[in-house]
Amino acid sequence: MRETCDLVVIGAGPGGLAAASVAAEAGLKVLVLDAQPEPGGQVWRGEARKGSNRLARRWLHRFAASGARFRPGARVIAAPERGVLLVEEGASSFAVRYSRAVLATGARERFLPFPGWTLPGVMGVSGLQVLVKDGFPIEGKRVVLAGTGPLLLAAAATIHSHGGDVLFIADQASAANHWSFALQLWRHPSKLLQGAALTAKLVTVPTSTEAWVLAAEGSDRVESVRLSVRGREEHLRCDYLGAAYGLVPNLELPRLLGCAVSDGAVVVNERLETRVPGVHAVGELLGIGGVDQALVTGELAGLVAAEQPVPPALERSLQGIRTFAAHLARHDTPRDELRRLATPDTLLCRCEDVPLSALEGCTNLREARLYARVGMGACQGRTCGAAAQTLFGWSGEDVRPPCLPARIGSLRLSPDVSSSTPTRES
Amino acid sequence: MREASSKKAPVTLRINGHAVTVPAGTSVAAALAMTGRFISRADLSGRPRGPMCGMGVCFECRATIDGVAETLTCLVPCRDDLEVVTDG
Ligand SMILES: Cc1cc2nc3c(=O)[nH]c(=O)nc-3n(C[C@H](O)[C@H](O)[C@H](O)COP(=O)(O)OP(=O)(O)OC[C@H]3O[C@@H](n4cnc5c(N)ncnc54)[C@H](O)[C@@H]3O)c2cc1C
Ligand code: FES
Repeated sequence: MRETCDLVVIGAGPGGLAAASVAAEAGLKVLVLDAQPEPGGQVWRGEARKGSNRLARRWLHRFAASGARFRPGARVIAAPERGVLLVEEGASSFAVRYSRAVLATGARERFLPFPGWTLPGVMGVSGLQVLVKDGFPIEGKRVVLAGTGPLLLAAAATIHSHGGDVLFIADQASAANHWSFALQLWRHPSKLLQGAALTAKLVTVPTSTEAWVLAAEGSDRVESVRLSVRGREEHLRCDYLGAAYGLVPNLELPRLLGCAVSDGAVVVNERLETRVPGVHAVGELLGIGGVDQALVTGELAGLVAAEQPVPPALERSLQGIRTFAAHLARHDTPRDELRRLATPDTLLCRCEDVPLSALEGCTNLREARLYARVGMGACQGRTCGAAAQTLFGWSGEDVRPPCLPARIGSLRLSPDVSSSTPTRES
Repeated sequence: MREASSKKAPVTLRINGHAVTVPAGTSVAAALAMTGRFISRADLSGRPRGPMCGMGVCFECRATIDGVAETLTCLVPCRDDLEVVTDG
């Protein structure tokens, strides 16, 4: 099976939705693919059903009316030749032939290993948040959150509004002024986080900067957590622990397509073009900047793809957002202590059960892969890659197809797709 | 545009042979947690693991869904008659 389109958008978060809507409104035949069952990406998870967030509602409506086509549950796994993507959907697969592409694959959390981090009940901060949005039963449960910056508050607010009991919020950031930076965001509806009422709701939750998880404890699941809070050790009993340190862009697909990556973000020009002709990148791929950055860059890329003029106001707001993103990056950089929490028997690679001790003598990711099987399991280094980068400074390797684990059958390219002359069909 | 699914009827799936009824829109990962034992798989030495990232990145939530092994439960919404088997 195959699809043909003028513009393919990978990722239906705010970045992808904005790009797709604008381009489809301008008359392009647009196809949007996303691994999730609904549009919305991470921040607007479930909004297609709930409609509780105004901004999300507006964009989801605009997207639905734009004429762009959406295929949920569709995971891009390979790019067998220029202008063709292979997509796995459930137990089958299809190819997409496109003229232009907007990459909007967003970001994931940075997980760092500490003793007990593989216990069930230990999750990402935003990971726990999105699981709760999808119905994870949190009512009456005791939750500890540890991480960095404004996403801690976003997660706490979601958990709180679903009846969870947030016992403590630990922010690793070093100074109180960083925390106030995070709090300020809540007063700027146009910034990363919306809803000024949230901090008011959360004032009863003890929070601390210079605080982080030392270990999670329990037999078959997390039962308690040991924290370092401003130099003192604290012990809290809890049902769930959210622990993650900021976000890192999902670079597998841009890398697979040959886009340049620098400082952990996709390199683009002012028209958001990557070095691969016809391929744009938007949203978190450009460096963590939140919803606003995703919307503005998405709109811009959509206009450029559709060869429409870009209003100067859009370019100006992009500049402001980039400054904000730079602040956020400084705030979210994990402190040194976090690199030293794992003990020799703490697993680094969760898929292949590789403890830290197995990495002795390895000097880069390639050696760790060859000698210790780091990153060779199901997630293909998605979790341990960022951890190894933070712990040892090892940078990512080239991505080889498939960029997600896929069934063998999905990798076959049917002959009607692999002709070099683009054939149009509708 | 679809409207609020809280108005939609709950769905009933089977987890390790037991019927579980959940609100529409619940992910399979969330349904596992509702059973009180939200363990999706066992690691190589048999220790239990559960979902972590909630978004299709960590692969810790994988289980067999409708006979397809290693399916990410955090990405699959519950449907009537879905058959989920965990290995943990
Ligand atoms: C778990 C999580 C929760 C978050 N919660 C909040 C929040 O509550 N508030 C807030 O302000 N910010 C939140 N953020 C920050 C968030 O990254 C941004 O605010 C915003 O969602 C970024 O938009 P985006 O369009 O760049 O990417 P995203 O919204 O992340 O969308 C990217 C989409 O691409 C899809 N995708 C990725 N790779 C593939 C592939 N190979 N094939 C198919 N589809 C693919 C993903 O399924 C995803 O839906 C969260 C981030 C994470 C990781
Ligand atoms: S919880 Fe990480 S992939 Fe599902």
